[in-house]
Amino acid sequence: MSFEEVNLFAQQAANRRKSRWIVAAFIAFFAWLGFGGDLIIWLARGEQGAFLPPGVLGILMTVFALGMVAYVRRTGAEKVLWSTGARRLDEPQTEQEQRFRNVAEEMAIAAGVPMPTLWIINDPDPNAFATGNEPAKSHVAVTSGLLTALDRDELQAVIGHEYGHIKNLDTKLMTFLAAAVGAVVLMRDGMGRAIRYGFGHGGGRRRKGGSGGGGGQVVIILLVIWLISWILAPLVIQALSLWVSRKREYLADAMSAQFTRNPLSLANALEKIHGSHLPTASIKAGVAHLCIDDPLGRKLDDRQGRWADAWATHPPMAMRIARLKAMGYQALKREGRLPAEA
Amino acid sequence: MVTFIVLAALAAAVFWFIGAYNKLIALKNQTVNAWKQIDVQLKRRHDLIPNLIETVKGAMNFERETLEAVVQARNQAMKATAAGDPQHVAGVAAAESVLTGALTRFMAVVEAYPDLKATGNVGQLQEELTSTENKISFARQLYNDTATEYNTKQEQFPWNLVVGWAKAQPAELWEITDGAERAVPKVDLGFGGKK
Repeated sequence: MSFEEVNLFAQQAANRRKSRWIVAAFIAFFAWLGFGGDLIIWLARGEQGAFLPPGVLGILMTVFALGMVAYVRRTGAEKVLWSTGARRLDEPQTEQEQRFRNVAEEMAIAAGVPMPTLWIINDPDPNAFATGNEPAKSHVAVTSGLLTALDRDELQAVIGHEYGHIKNLDTKLMTFLAAAVGAVVLMRDGMGRAIRYGFGHGGGRRRKGGSGGGGGQVVIILLVIWLISWILAPLVIQALSLWVSRKREYLADAMSAQFTRNPLSLANALEKIHGSHLPTASIKAGVAHLCIDDPLGRKLDDRQGRWADAWATHPPMAMRIARLKAMGYQALKREGRLPAEA
Repeated sequence: MVTFIVLAALAAAVFWFIGAYNKLIALKNQTVNAWKQIDVQLKRRHDLIPNLIETVKGAMNFERETLEAVVQARNQAMKATAAGDPQHVAGVAAAESVLTGALTRFMAVVEAYPDLKATGNVGQLQEELTSTENKISFARQLYNDTATEYNTKQEQFPWNLVVGWAKAQPAELWEITDGAERAVPKVDLGFGGKK
């Protein structure tokens, strides 16, 4: 019965290692954005006459970014849920809601994760997402359309996929990335204003204090690189987080298959979810990377190619379904019960 | 220099030993915990059955045997679980398998009589029963996965050197042969063989 387990556990461990690298890369990039400015000022002005003690710019930005991350970690999940108009499922009223709750409890056992808080979004388009900072305090939201469109096994597979994200700490990483993008955009706008103000007032003085010669050229090159980094920062971070998000979709699919031992159900569910061409109206662009399928109904996910790949929140659906079907075929073959039509 | 290398190797060995010992203890506890998960779900199923019987009793007079089989299987299963811990996997597995079989036949009967399905909250109970059955099988899956990891570690070199110190013993797997239809399914006691 052990279903691709060894491979999957190795993949999960590799995933966590990669998460750490991604966070480290982000911190290095932030350090350059912050302390790079200090370095340039220090190089340009030398010891004398620096209007800020060395390091202050970087420290201020670090404090700001940490504050932002802490804030988003505390309130991020609620904001996301609020923005979709989700309602909390406390006491199931209908049979459909009861089924959702039961399936969520079943998968919590299979995945070995604590039971998340469940939410329902009133939207006819089938979709689902998970959010939350810790596995112990996570949230799973589904649209009412999902509950209507899928049968029990398919719903189970979709919930399993969401639990995969929770177990992999994808939701945690995504919260961090969202905070990082927010902090950079805010600081860039603030810096833009400060620089414009600075050039208006202190431009003349700076030239007088400059050390001139070769040192000056290094400073100017550094300054240009630094400014370009700031301008491109949100784009770089966005591209990185999208890349992370796509990799994680495949792994979450595989984990759903591990929990349910039934990859074909997820393949069916994905076909149904993708087959409905409506965009999920209640889910905004900012939440897109959390969902099981791109809620904006963009055609990007169906295209392949480098450019499309770089900006899609999800891997091409056809690829995901093909991988699941391959897994299903393998499992059936091993157990010697291939369906007649295969 | 040589002394230094020997000392470093010794220190590394001691650290590895401590790590391996702790890992085995952690796996042992995980296995016991996974077993408790099954236990919780089995109790849930036992508690659900009187409710179910009560609801359909009036309408199902003609299927006395099926009902009695369920009640009897439940009592047997409850006795087996009362003594249940990872040392008694086989007994619990056998008794619960009989109960699963009886319940499957019972649900088939309910399916066959649309009138019955419409009585009271049979539909709801059916959903509850399906969910409980799933929970049991997922808990079993989690237990088997955890126990397999535990057993594999115990057999692998150099982990097997630590086994005695950690008082680790192979955990019995709850193997099931699609036993729903069989009264007494064959319970495979082999462990660690399938991976």
